[in-house]
Amino acid sequence: MIKKIFLYGFLIITSLVTLVPFIWMLGASFMNDGAASVFPPIFIPDPFTLVQYKTLLEKLNITQNFINSLTLSISVTIVSLFFNSMAGYAFAKYRFGGKKFLFNLLLSSMIIPSQVTMLPLFLLLKSMGFINTYMAIIIPGMANIFGIFLIRQYCLAIPDSLIEAARIDGATDFQIYRKVILPLAIPILVTLAIFSFLGTWNDFLWPLIVLTDDSMYTLPVSLANLMLEHTKDPELMMAGSVVTIIPVIIVFLALQKYYIKGIMMGSVKE
Amino acid sequence: MKFKQSTIAAYIFLAPALSAIFIFFFLPVIAAFLMSFSDFDIYALGDLSSVRFIGLKNYLQLFDDPLFYTALQNTFYFMIMAGPLSIAVSLGAALLLNSKLVKFKSIFRLSYFIPVVTTLVAVAIVWRFIYHPKFGIINYILSLAGIAPVDWLGDPATAMPAIVLMSVWKNFGYNMIIFIAGLQNIPEDLYEAASIEGANGWQKFKSITLPMLAPTTLFISIITMIGYFQLFSEPYIMTQGGPLNSTLSIVQFMYQEGFRWWNMGYSASIAFVLFFIIFIGTVIQFKIQKSTE
Repeated sequence: MIKKIFLYGFLIITSLVTLVPFIWMLGASFMNDGAASVFPPIFIPDPFTLVQYKTLLEKLNITQNFINSLTLSISVTIVSLFFNSMAGYAFAKYRFGGKKFLFNLLLSSMIIPSQVTMLPLFLLLKSMGFINTYMAIIIPGMANIFGIFLIRQYCLAIPDSLIEAARIDGATDFQIYRKVILPLAIPILVTLAIFSFLGTWNDFLWPLIVLTDDSMYTLPVSLANLMLEHTKDPELMMAGSVVTIIPVIIVFLALQKYYIKGIMMGSVKE
Repeated sequence: MKFKQSTIAAYIFLAPALSAIFIFFFLPVIAAFLMSFSDFDIYALGDLSSVRFIGLKNYLQLFDDPLFYTALQNTFYFMIMAGPLSIAVSLGAALLLNSKLVKFKSIFRLSYFIPVVTTLVAVAIVWRFIYHPKFGIINYILSLAGIAPVDWLGDPATAMPAIVLMSVWKNFGYNMIIFIAGLQNIPEDLYEAASIEGANGWQKFKSITLPMLAPTTLFISIITMIGYFQLFSEPYIMTQGGPLNSTLSIVQFMYQEGFRWWNMGYSASIAFVLFFIIFIGTVIQFKIQKSTE
């Protein structure tokens, strides 16, 4: 019994400690200028005000940044789901020359950090006229190796007999992919969609490099920019952080089961 | 005939993803490698014909650059402190949440996990204020214990440890999930057999849990190392690499050289050193794992 009380006490305290930064962020975002800069720190706004959110909306044009983040995250997710699922399915269920070589090449190149590609990729996109456009984010995000790998793993478990049956019924390859494979793969597609959405939403370094205009910034880039100008205003910065974080928390809470499964799947050794 | 058709279908299914990966990933990797042997700079941006092959000069210059050693040292320091700490905390949390005594697991798991999904830039901003020397929560807690305020992010001695603490907080939930999956794969009868032989909790942990978790731990150490070696956003937001370059990381150094000063050839050589270190680090961990098996 004592062991149990101790265990729960420890779990509750550590959970609270983990959440304290968010609680303070939320509280401070509803305070007037300067109200959060007090000692000892306070968590509950008094008086409660929306003035910081008003400033974000009216003076700092954060709606545009929000739209940029949302559009980019959704576009990258849709395109990459489509590309990755076709490739993952082909690797799982087709026999073709060079399959093993291609797959191993992809797998082993997962160790290459994305920073290595950034300089030439910047020049390539610049020559295509895509710097400071949505395309600069969407194009490099169209396909990714981890996604192909996850979908392949999942498709391997789909029985061949289902595919054979559809083929006998006269279905074309694309119809089989579209009508047999995709519906069966929905759980892994949802998982991948969350990874892709959150990854694009949260990304910082690449958008910082390729988006050069205030009106094109994603939320993290805009927030970082604001931070370096408004260091003195924690209340405003906290409101900006809340706006940035709320969507990812909603997506995560709604679909956490799939997200957690995806992490576990990604860690399974071949 | 049928086989041939389905081969063509496979290539069609692969074409979009693979051409995207080849053009926007593999090609840039090769180009970056070539660039690292060139004097590609701001003039080359306007006139490509001014680029010259300069052999190993970038790499030689890099190994002569005190700022490179600072960045290298900082990044290693960060990884060596944050890596093991993060793995230990995630293992501890996983063991706690895997205990049969605990109910409402999903609630605790959720609160440990929330920092993982939240936007790094946003939480780095929050932590910047948590570390505030006058009004921050950390100094307030310390003041309760009678400890004088510390200028966490303003002092070269404490800036990196402060970033370490924040990064462990941000990441441990991810590895915790993988550890929980690993723990659930350990057959229950191993523990039962050990109990019959009179083993205590610590002995069971040492001779069953840890060895059975070895593959999981290897996987976690590799992804943690790779992730932490790419440290960028935390110092960029919290300290801009300061004070006195005490939190300048390799990626930030690369970013500054490449995208602020447009020394792209030089910057490419930094990127390849980063890649090389990550590669060696991965190989070493596989070797350690093999030798303990």
